[in-house]
Amino acid sequence: MEAALTPNWRANLATIAALMTRAKNELIRVPGAAIPGVLAPTIFFLGLNGVFGSLTQLGGFETGSYESFIVPVSMLQGAGFTGAAAGVNLARDYEQGWVDRLLVSPAPRWVLLAGNVLAASVRALVPATFVLAIAFVIGAQWPGLDGLLVCYVMVTATAAVAACWGSMLALHFKSQSAAPLMQAGTMALILLTPAYAPLALLQPWLEDVASVNPLTQVLEAARQGFVGSVTWAETWPGLMALAGLLLVFGGLALREMRRTNV
Amino acid sequence: MSDVAATARVVRALGARSIRQTFRRPQLISPIVVFPTLLLAVQTGGAGAGVELPGFPPVQSFLQFMLAGSMMQSMMLAGNSGGIAFAVDIEMGFTDRLFAAPIPRFAIVLGRLAGTAALGLFAAIWFFAIGLIFGAEIEGGVPGALLATALVTASALAVGGIGAAIALRTGSASVVQGLFPLVLVVLFLSSAFFPQELMVEPAKTIAEYNPLSFIVEGVREPIISGIDATQTLEAVAAIAGIVVLGLMLSARALRHRLRVG
Repeated sequence: MEAALTPNWRANLATIAALMTRAKNELIRVPGAAIPGVLAPTIFFLGLNGVFGSLTQLGGFETGSYESFIVPVSMLQGAGFTGAAAGVNLARDYEQGWVDRLLVSPAPRWVLLAGNVLAASVRALVPATFVLAIAFVIGAQWPGLDGLLVCYVMVTATAAVAACWGSMLALHFKSQSAAPLMQAGTMALILLTPAYAPLALLQPWLEDVASVNPLTQVLEAARQGFVGSVTWAETWPGLMALAGLLLVFGGLALREMRRTNV
Repeated sequence: MSDVAATARVVRALGARSIRQTFRRPQLISPIVVFPTLLLAVQTGGAGAGVELPGFPPVQSFLQFMLAGSMMQSMMLAGNSGGIAFAVDIEMGFTDRLFAAPIPRFAIVLGRLAGTAALGLFAAIWFFAIGLIFGAEIEGGVPGALLATALVTASALAVGGIGAAIALRTGSASVVQGLFPLVLVVLFLSSAFFPQELMVEPAKTIAEYNPLSFIVEGVREPIISGIDATQTLEAVAAIAGIVVLGLMLSARALRHRLRVG
């Protein structure tokens, strides 16, 4: 009776919170499961810095510190891996019959999707913070509070986009076998940007791709505090790009969710 | 049929099975093909201007330089994937059935390694094809390409031995899968992606002594300048060292597996 009287929006929020808590519990109960998501971007960060650190001698970089230049890439990469992992987890849940049980519940489909996506956004803070801490230890520039805030907004929203992408594939293929596609998709989106060097130093084909890749705007926004100062002119394109990506991939994931039958 | 011929038949059958297994599972094939190809494209496009740095060896293009690194990455991940598949076989009881069969135990490991070596061969051919399609020249010509292919195949066999040893010792696919980051560490701490002289410390010093650097230079030399006996011998010595280590570890792990069941 009480449940019947609960307003819809409150019930929806409670469902989203419950799904997020489930994801958090997973993290606490199986901490080892989070290690690859944290380790991979950290290794990439340290590895790329060690391998390509001398690229800053080329000129055209806004900073002489390659660790400052590359750290937002690794933070976004961590967000991408976390988002893709949300898709893998959803596929696992489907294989184990958990999604079936959710689908027969009275919760709207978008609420089920939102729970998974928002949980990924929150979880993305873990690898991002870890990579950032390592970056500061080896000498990355302090981006300022505004730079840090903008960077974290970009990271959490990128994780949401990646989670929508992963969820869409998980619901389409209904198998964890689609995991490589989820990971490769997010990795490609993040790396086909001025990730390793500024746009002007990229090979012409990559410069063309990066120029139309919306993640370039996101990366530039996340990077600005680390290589200079934060401006609205560099921030809003990133926000717009993320809004567009969320709209597209969120819509596609929702469509797959609605098509999924018990 | 002689014992040797019978064993060779078992090795061939298990090797073919391991190749089919890899190509049927996207989780196993994508680290070998998709990720190294994606990284090759991104690193070539993103860090290609690095060839203008003072001290960069003379190369036709950064793609030409990177081919050896991508082959190494693919080969190492093939070793890791082979280890994962072997551990899955152990978890599912398939290996137990093989242990009960009237075949030599080493043939079981050798079959898996033959499959991993074949994947190494596939990786070399794949990246040569990509390089040639996108305009990279092989300075050592056909002999150089054959030498590089042979070195990559032998490296896959060597690295596969370590993957098989870990699979036999732990019997857990998730443990072997957990080694994936370690593969990346070993790669980044070698001269796979950039000349060692231009790397940043401490990666530069570690890369100088990393056996993988010797192998990658042995594979790269025929591609960027031509066959060099010293580089080739150093690569062969490094591969031999890893083969010996892999065989020792595999033999010990096999004994352990037979003891614990």
